[in-house]
Amino acid sequence: MYRYSLLRLARHALSDRPWPRAWRQAKPRSHYDVVIIGGGGHGLATAYYLAANHGMDRVAVVERAYIGGGNVGRNTTLVRSNYMMKGNTEFFEFSLKLWEGLSHELNFNVMLSQRGQIVLAHSPAQMDALARRGNIMRLNGIDAELLERAELRRLLPYLDYSAAARFPILGGLLQGRAGTVRHDAVAWGYARAADSLGVDIVEGCEVTGFLRDRSGVHGVETTRGRILADRVAVAVAGHSSQVAGLAGLRLPIESHLLQAFVTEPVKPFVDHVISFGPELFYICQSDKGGLVFGGHIDGFNSYTQRGQFPKVRQVAECAVALIPGMSRLKLLRHWAGIQDMTPDGGPFICRTPIRHLYLNGGWCYQGFKATPAVGWCLAATIARDEEHPLVRCYALDRFARGGESLDEYGHGHRPYRH
Amino acid sequence: MLRVHCPLCGERPYTEFRYGGDASRARPALGTSSLEAWHDYLFLFDNPKGPHREFWQHEQGCRQWLLVVRDTATNVVREVIVARNAGPGGGQGPGSR
Repeated sequence: MYRYSLLRLARHALSDRPWPRAWRQAKPRSHYDVVIIGGGGHGLATAYYLAANHGMDRVAVVERAYIGGGNVGRNTTLVRSNYMMKGNTEFFEFSLKLWEGLSHELNFNVMLSQRGQIVLAHSPAQMDALARRGNIMRLNGIDAELLERAELRRLLPYLDYSAAARFPILGGLLQGRAGTVRHDAVAWGYARAADSLGVDIVEGCEVTGFLRDRSGVHGVETTRGRILADRVAVAVAGHSSQVAGLAGLRLPIESHLLQAFVTEPVKPFVDHVISFGPELFYICQSDKGGLVFGGHIDGFNSYTQRGQFPKVRQVAECAVALIPGMSRLKLLRHWAGIQDMTPDGGPFICRTPIRHLYLNGGWCYQGFKATPAVGWCLAATIARDEEHPLVRCYALDRFARGGESLDEYGHGHRPYRH
Repeated sequence: MLRVHCPLCGERPYTEFRYGGDASRARPALGTSSLEAWHDYLFLFDNPKGPHREFWQHEQGCRQWLLVVRDTATNVVREVIVARNAGPGGGQGPGSR
């Protein structure tokens, strides 16, 4: 690998020698040990850990479009591990620990900024719920701190604490190690690191079918020809049902739109990641100064990648109710990502009923923060043909077994309600 | 913005409606003891990228449950009928919340 360092930076600054490509433009070979469908953050991370942790270098990532063009570049870049349910708590904390070492691991600055995330409480009942959540986190060795209103006023003076506030702010739960990551750097960093370990990253290559017989899957048909593979993993966020459908699988997944928003850049004033209690609303400020925020899904399944305007208005109302100073900011951009929604809001990382076909999907709102842990655990699951202990709770058959759903908020079994 | 043509009230913005989910799945007959049949009915989705049969309730209008065929790739609504007129195979309403 052409390692990045201060010395290299200085040399390139002084000469007009161009930087080399971060990864090769690979052509698909005829046979691989593992083919991963989907060159998003999850697929690239999986390829990297297959090579780095399990010594597998005959690995290909096939991507329909280009690296960084899917949900890895459409999220709001938040990372945190303030989960409450057994399974989620350990998994997302493992992910946050991997984030903390990722820039060194990949020799690529992913710009992790542990600025802290604060979830706000607006009623005594929400305060109790946050105290409980914080206690569960601390029992699992995760940092959590319950904040009173006075402390919040000091930390976040720009929130609406007035008597006229639509929702009074009583306190909040701070996870100091949570924060943001530069999402493009995650895609590029994993792609470059995986490529340097021999992984082929094949862009512009859409999977059109699976090669399978009674013994299981043994390859894929693509727009760039047939590729044989001993094992195939699906990591295609948003289109999981389509790709799994090619193998004859029906999944507990519906595809929904989640919108994200960026305002014009302003001077730094939002120093943390903030979540609003009355509605699902989260906001942080990017390094360029834009306020980045988002809310709920649009509410009905769609693949259009264009959000509905009433949701724009609703999210903007949340923003102004929480931070009145935002009312005159102009919205610079808003966009929608297609995300897998599941009956309980939890994901799937598992083997499937078809031998040698592995699934990673159903990530709902939480795919980006999970990226390193998904890569780590899916790689282990593929290499050993058995679920990694941290992802046993994310099995495809958990609804059939009963009593094992991961519904953090108790919304019930309809995907569009989560 | 998505607009739905209610057969009783005319074309209205989707915000007047409540989404009721996939209408293509037939509820197993009452008394079906196969857990697999109930699991598939409750938890599995075709999730098509294309025409999708789904329920909407005109909550802020006539309050009728409607059966809508909408293309999920374009959000174009192709067909709307009152759900009770859908006949066999039209699915049954998802019931109360």
